[in-house]
Amino acid sequence: MDFTFTEDQLLFCESVKEFLQGEVTAESIRASWDTDTGRNSELWTQMVELGLTGMLVPEAYGGLGMNELDFILLAQECGRYALPEPLVETVLVATPLLASLADTDARCASLLEKIVSGEVMIAVGHAANNLVSDAHVADYLLLPKGDQVHLVPKDQVELIAEKSVDPSRRLFTVKWEGNDETCLASGAEGVALLAATLNRGALGAAAQMVGLAEQMVAMSVQYTTDRLQFGKPIGVNQALKHHMANCAVKTEFAKAPLYRAAYTVVQNPAHADFAVSHAKVVAGEAALLAAKNSIQSFGAMGYTWECDLHIWMKRSWALDKFWGHAGFHKNRLHQWLLNPNAKIGAEMTFGEQA
Amino acid sequence: MDLNYTPEQNAFRKEVREWLAANIPAEPLQSFDTAEGFEQHREWEKTLAKGNWGMVTWPKEYGGRGCNLIEWLIFEEEYYRAKAPLRVNQNGIFLLGPTLMEYGTPEQKERFISKMASGEEMWAQGWSEPGAGSDMAAIRSKAIRDGDEYVINGQKVWSTRAVFADWVFCIFRTDADSERHKGLSFVFVPLDAPGVTVRPIPQLDGLPGFAEIFFDDVRVPVSNRLGGEGEGWNIAMATAGFERGLMLRSPARFQETAKRLVSLYREHANDIMDLSIENAVVKSYMDAEAYALSTYQTASRLMKGGKIGSESSVNKIFWSELDQLMHETAMSILASRAELLPSSPNAGDVGEWLDGFMFAQSGPIYAGTNEIQRNIIAERLLGMPRK
Ligand SMILES: Cc1cc2nc3c(=O)[nH]c(=O)nc-3n(C[C@H](O)[C@H](O)[C@H](O)COP(=O)(O)OP(=O)(O)OC[C@H]3O[C@@H](n4cnc5c(N)ncnc54)[C@H](O)[C@@H]3O)c2cc1C
Repeated sequence: MDFTFTEDQLLFCESVKEFLQGEVTAESIRASWDTDTGRNSELWTQMVELGLTGMLVPEAYGGLGMNELDFILLAQECGRYALPEPLVETVLVATPLLASLADTDARCASLLEKIVSGEVMIAVGHAANNLVSDAHVADYLLLPKGDQVHLVPKDQVELIAEKSVDPSRRLFTVKWEGNDETCLASGAEGVALLAATLNRGALGAAAQMVGLAEQMVAMSVQYTTDRLQFGKPIGVNQALKHHMANCAVKTEFAKAPLYRAAYTVVQNPAHADFAVSHAKVVAGEAALLAAKNSIQSFGAMGYTWECDLHIWMKRSWALDKFWGHAGFHKNRLHQWLLNPNAKIGAEMTFGEQA
Repeated sequence: MDLNYTPEQNAFRKEVREWLAANIPAEPLQSFDTAEGFEQHREWEKTLAKGNWGMVTWPKEYGGRGCNLIEWLIFEEEYYRAKAPLRVNQNGIFLLGPTLMEYGTPEQKERFISKMASGEEMWAQGWSEPGAGSDMAAIRSKAIRDGDEYVINGQKVWSTRAVFADWVFCIFRTDADSERHKGLSFVFVPLDAPGVTVRPIPQLDGLPGFAEIFFDDVRVPVSNRLGGEGEGWNIAMATAGFERGLMLRSPARFQETAKRLVSLYREHANDIMDLSIENAVVKSYMDAEAYALSTYQTASRLMKGGKIGSESSVNKIFWSELDQLMHETAMSILASRAELLPSSPNAGDVGEWLDGFMFAQSGPIYAGTNEIQRNIIAERLLGMPRK
């Protein structure tokens, strides 16, 4: 038993963090809102060159052959810097889904290679979301239809641009037909793939929310140190200290469940539902509380468009509901826990072993 | 105790209901944080005024109906039930109005209350400054006497609807050497006066719902001062009492939201929900009712000559946190569509909840933050030690 990340995992995360810190700022995010796509293709190219898009692509298809656990800390950093580009969904959702099919489907294999090289981008739809994010910059869409998974070229779909409260998010209603040719999987296989896709999406959202929560708290700590009222920094008031401390407690207790979820998705994907749902629920709670307590600490300043806080708040509001809202995930937990045969108890924390 | 409306009260309700049904604009108005929407809402205020429905509690000579507080509550219930437009002049009618009645000279009442009641003049509130938020006694903007005029210099911030309003009521330092709560006065400034610059500030939804106001040698007559020179703080506290206490947020507003929340939940009850959401819906409804019950109780007490004191802080915490809970719950029910703006093609009626959710974020901040209200409750109401 060793519940730590490896030196390599931590170093990789640190280097990507530095990269994001340099490239993704509140100013660059605001600038992206006014562009057509809201996406920065140069930044994407840089991420491709760093090998990020291919992290979970098997080595056979030119990727780094890593796994969800190797990426989870990076997903957290993507949240911390409120990265608008769909890196988390590409790595955690699109490439594993294609990789599951690549051995039998040449199209998937070829797409994986092109994701690694940055030639194509893929958007993924799921019944849990209604809407598809980043469909406008995708070349292909992976879309569900009942128990089927389809791979549809962008020119065969109609996109209706929806508007999110988070100006960084680009969401689309997708109209499409699909046919035998676009169908990659169906029946039990399709169902399993869609279930795994939901878990990976939820895992990515949870990781980003932990990063978002930590960043909002960091911003609030800074603000409450700088802002003076009654001749003192407002942060001296216990009321505000407790607001922030409550966030820290929530976030801390979202992390271990998050890492357990990532581990389970890698090691025992068929039994990852409860672990993922646990992580998604608590990470969502942490991010929503951080948003609420942060705007409260900023006072009226936090209610403005000019204050950067809303970039993080709005992303939190959105991700909490994406890839399964809290009600959906709590329901899965209820079902798992209340099952008479549930394997619960202290010795079952990491599943049935020995 | 008698928890029945009188026949007169029931008749009054009927009258309100019928008038509203006949007069409410058929099309919903645009947001009053846009120039066009503001004017639409101003027109609506004029319509209300023509029917003498602008401020039912005011005396008849000021365009009111001399209603008591129970009748006011009934009016509000009907108003929200009918989904009538939000009150664009709330700073004027709910805050300044009652203050003017109490502290205004006959000339001031004549001049300002009637134009407020007729919907001709819209008011903004100018108290906060960059350095004076929770600590309002840190106000630095000055109004220095020069003969029959004040010369105003300084800056106000977060002034709601000041972008489109006609007047602002401010607190300025009229004694340049004074400190803290002393030497402050309550002064009215026309927003088109020479030397006034209004800079719109976009809010979370991107619309300029409030503004920064700069005063550069702005001159107003001394008769624009409400109450005595140096009495600004005490008068402001009375206004703030109206703001947190009864007037600004009548229970019907929240009860109407709670009712909409119940229908929203019913519509989505077949989606995958968990009990915590259903519990939150029930709690929302009960809390909205509790707020109504408590308000009826306060209103009854006030009608018998009682006064409202620190319990206005208790009210403010309750309604602002209730509003947050209701909108958070609605967002949970709307799930992955909750983030859609009203203008999004497939948003349907989702966007209204999102707008309400964003506004609910500001409830625990404006009208005195909830942290400050909790301090007041602990220290003044409960007598806990201050230091
Ligand atoms: C939507 C909206 C509309 C508004 N409209 C108007 C308007 O029309 N006119 C107007 O004059 N103002 C208006 N305001 C401003 C409002 O009055 C102030 O926001 C409020 O007084 C708080 O001040 P601040 O924003 O500077 O926050 P700050 O005072 O800087 O407070 C920031 C945080 O510190 C906390 N804090 C500060 N001091 C203490 C303490 N001693 N103990 C515990 N906690 C403390 C606060 O509770 C808050 O959480 C509006 C604000 C909003 C959000």
